[in-house]
Amino acid sequence: MSNFIDIGSLTDIPLRGARVVRTHRGDIAVFRTATSEVFALDEYLPGKAGPLSNGIQHDNKVTDPMRNWVFDLTTGEAQGADEGTVATYPIKLEDGRILIAASAVTAVAAE
Amino acid sequence: MTQKLVIIGAGMASGRVIEHLRDADPDAYDITLFNAEPRGNYNRIMLSPVLSGDKTYQEIVIHDADWYEENGVTCRFGEKIASVDSAAKTVTAENGDILAYDKLLFGTGSNPFIIPLPGHDLEGVIAYRDLEDTQRMMGLGDGHSAVVIGGGLLGLEAAAGMAARGVDVTVIHIMGHLMERQLDEAAGYLLRRALVDKGITVKCSANSKEILGEDGKVRALLLDDGTEIPCDLLVMAVGIRPNTALAGESGIMVGRGIHVDDQLLTSNEDILAVGECVEHDGALFGLVAPLYEQAKVAAKTLLGEEAKFVQKEVSTKLKVTGCDLFSAGDFAEGENREDIIFRDPARGVYKRLVIENNTLVGAVMYGDTDDGSWFFGLIKDATDISDMRDTLIFGPAYQGGSTMDPLAAVAALPDDAEICGCNGISKAQVVAAINVGAHTLDAVKATSKAASSCGSCAGLVADLLGLTLGDDFRMPEKEVICKCSDMSHDDVRKLIIAKELKSIPQAMQELDWKTSCGCHICRPALNYYMVCAWPGAYEDDGKSRFINERVHANIQKDGTYSVVPRMLGGITTPDELRAIADAADKYNVPTVKVTGGQRIDLLGIKKEDLPAIWYDLGKAGMISGQAYAKGLRTVKTCVGTEHCRFGTQDSTGLGIKIEEAMWGAWSPHKFKLAVSGCPRNCAEATCKDLGIICVDSGYQILVGGAAGLDLRQTELLVQVASEEEAIDVSCAFYQLYREGAQYLHRPYKWIAKVGLDWIKEQIVDDLENRKEKAEKFHYSQKFYQIDPWAERAKQGVDAHEFTPLADFTKVAAE
Ligand code: SRM
Ligand SMILES: Cc1cc2nc3c(=O)[nH]c(=O)nc-3n(C[C@H](O)[C@H](O)[C@H](O)COP(=O)(O)OP(=O)(O)OC[C@H]3O[C@@H](n4cnc5c(N)ncnc54)[C@H](O)[C@@H]3O)c2cc1C
Ligand code: SF4
Ligand code: FES
Repeated sequence: MSNFIDIGSLTDIPLRGARVVRTHRGDIAVFRTATSEVFALDEYLPGKAGPLSNGIQHDNKVTDPMRNWVFDLTTGEAQGADEGTVATYPIKLEDGRILIAASAVTAVAAE
Repeated sequence: MTQKLVIIGAGMASGRVIEHLRDADPDAYDITLFNAEPRGNYNRIMLSPVLSGDKTYQEIVIHDADWYEENGVTCRFGEKIASVDSAAKTVTAENGDILAYDKLLFGTGSNPFIIPLPGHDLEGVIAYRDLEDTQRMMGLGDGHSAVVIGGGLLGLEAAAGMAARGVDVTVIHIMGHLMERQLDEAAGYLLRRALVDKGITVKCSANSKEILGEDGKVRALLLDDGTEIPCDLLVMAVGIRPNTALAGESGIMVGRGIHVDDQLLTSNEDILAVGECVEHDGALFGLVAPLYEQAKVAAKTLLGEEAKFVQKEVSTKLKVTGCDLFSAGDFAEGENREDIIFRDPARGVYKRLVIENNTLVGAVMYGDTDDGSWFFGLIKDATDISDMRDTLIFGPAYQGGSTMDPLAAVAALPDDAEICGCNGISKAQVVAAINVGAHTLDAVKATSKAASSCGSCAGLVADLLGLTLGDDFRMPEKEVICKCSDMSHDDVRKLIIAKELKSIPQAMQELDWKTSCGCHICRPALNYYMVCAWPGAYEDDGKSRFINERVHANIQKDGTYSVVPRMLGGITTPDELRAIADAADKYNVPTVKVTGGQRIDLLGIKKEDLPAIWYDLGKAGMISGQAYAKGLRTVKTCVGTEHCRFGTQDSTGLGIKIEEAMWGAWSPHKFKLAVSGCPRNCAEATCKDLGIICVDSGYQILVGGAAGLDLRQTELLVQVASEEEAIDVSCAFYQLYREGAQYLHRPYKWIAKVGLDWIKEQIVDDLENRKEKAEKFHYSQKFYQIDPWAERAKQGVDAHEFTPLADFTKVAAE
């Protein structure tokens, strides 16, 4: 069983841009950095930050548009004085395609 | 007993295996070597010097006919192996010969990847892999042109080699900067600059669409944006794929490459593989250093000795003269990672070290790579660098002494660079004044006039005092732009113009930025400063803008957006109102509100619906009201002479004319206007950034008002007699503010700094200058007065912003 799912081509996200993936558990923001690394994080940290796909990227960080919190894309952790961590999801790049861990997007309905 | 070893591919990796075997035990194997290329092992790495004419093919041969003979290798060059029967342990050559083996070694290298663009099979479309490709390129010269697709290591070597032969070369690269796998943005910028200096045209973020041909031969490359680049030869250097086809057919395990274990054995115990064709522990290889390690281990395995291949860090150098760069290790940002950055704008040097847990994990260097191997050693050995951390970036020769120099950018300015725009004073003139005794800022002001007007160049003058006088001058504290820089907003703006900086990476390099690519504070400021300085020539970086300006709507607390169409001077029509009402119905707009700016706001719109609602509003003739912009917002008006019994002039008409002239403009902060028809001031002009009060004898132009965080009443700038003059003064004032104020300062803050008197000197007393500023404003408007909604709704600009990448909520519903 493959546990990664194709969500699109690398070129579907511009450099330093981000796109959203909709799932039954909420939106996931997928970022492509200036060096074409790709990261997936929850779009919101409920009550605190988001929608993160709308933020400004710098290095491997994004600044939340609502409150200017800065999150590390690799760990999802808030930087500096702010505290909180956004969930991150494994991403794989293969032949120019972006694959996300299937567990990130499948419904949790069966529980 | 001598065993039979058959080798497929006479490349750099298998060549090493043969050398090791012969050194250790010349009689162990009877070797037969097949190669698809009609020649033996040569130094593929040195094809670029052959291309540029610095070396001949003879000089890069590794094993010649004599060598093969002396070592008893049976050569079958120009012959491919067609199939392998691993059960029978035989190989079949192309001509049908069948040979038995005891051990088989794959060294088939890799195939260059050819993007399947329309026209890729035309004559004159080549890759860059072997001597034949090199010779094709060497066939070009003066008067020929070539396109190289791919701005990586190979593509750039091909481009530089052909350029050295007088060929007109264009490099097309899909990413935002060159060699993005090895370099960060800053080093990529420096590399690009060096290539452009060699006469090579470099296009980044460029998408190839089609290769155009004539009579079956390549004629030009067509890009996505419609640009056609004529060429006699098109070289694709976009990557390589391990050559695994034959291995796959013979039944051994193949993933992206031929799977090998630590002994370089494939899934079949009698078959080994080395070189670029293998995949070891998930990794592929494209540089020779690890291949030579593999060769050592493979030879030992063949001789029945213990050995283990371990992956190591690799480093890259580009073999293009004049482009001195080095990169090693991993330089991505990370939670526990810290950067040390050194820039020397005068010498074009950039160095970046990435540190994690007191060890060096990555290094990128441009311009001065002498210490590259030393840093590489620290990475490989995971040396604890805590003791040398402070001086690490200066390299092994560091003896204590110099430190990073905050004055470097100013020191690098040429003598004729303009320091004080108001008074036209150059760097040389300021330095001359200091040298004849002006040792304080005030003294420089008095003797050279520099910094005596608006004062925004005072920071640079202080830097020059510091540079010239050294320790004798105490540098004043500066309010720096953000933690990424030692410079103030004023310094940065002045230097953007003096050094003609036209991109963010360029500005960061030349102005000695301390971080590799800035932050959410400096990026939008730099972007604005260049938008203002170079209309038409600077490419706006939307990714450096706050979300509202990036998607041209105001984000709401719940992530939806609001849409405010422009309503010039607060005037609307029944048709516009109907279109707004229809749109509100169609998109289920929860709130329709009249704003404080005399227009209508549709709130609570889903991001995905934005282009569609803009399309509908656009059909009715409406454009964006830019209610989100650090730029022109609204021009409020009152009813004026048209209807009001007190009206002295057509305040509504004037307001509309001004808004027509100004919409679309960007500025340091938002800019709001109002025009009232008489001093009763129903349009509230006295608390606007620029307000006009009409009186019998003409128009009072008032500036510097605000009613937000601070409440400020306007002051009178000038009274003029005609509408035309009123518009001129307004545009000249706006331009002066756009050019002078620091990012996120409303006009009242800027006026407090430069003084209203100075502004009056500039555009009230000096009519020439007023005209010039107004003209500069109109010129800039040619490039920025474009409705961003229409671009997005009708031309699909930035479509990625408005649709999800994937939607799994729909998948399950099906
Ligand atoms: C829509 C509107 C309120 C309304 O319903 O009337 C409005 C809404 C916002 N204002 Fe305003 N301002 C609006 C008129 C005003 C006015 C009155 C005016 O312009 O006549 C003022 C005071 C006058 C002034 O600017 O001096 C005003 C002073 C501010 C300020 C404080 C600015 C300052 O320099 O002190 C901010 C914050 C900022 O810009 O940093 C602000 C910021 C905002 C933002 C953009 C907040 C934000 O960044 O998200 C609001 C967006 C709300 C939303 O959810 O869409 N708004 N805002 C008005 C739009 C006018 C228009 O048609 O474009
Ligand atoms: C222009 C250029 C510049 C480079 N610069 C550098 C550099 O600066 N630094 C660096 O480290 N690396 C560089 N490289 C990469 C380096 O050359 C390769 O990593 C190295 O040559 C790979 O060695 P290999 O033995 O795996 O494959 P190769 O050297 O490619 O040899 C494979 C051989 O197998 C033959 N073959 C394939 N299939 C068959 C078959 N079925 N039957 C018979 N023969 C077959 C092929 O014809 C080929 O000759 C450069 C490469 C190029 C093209
Ligand atoms: S400002 Fe004067 S002219 Fe305009 S509406 Fe008010 S009273 Fe009438
Ligand atoms: S630029 Fe020097 S005083 Fe204005």
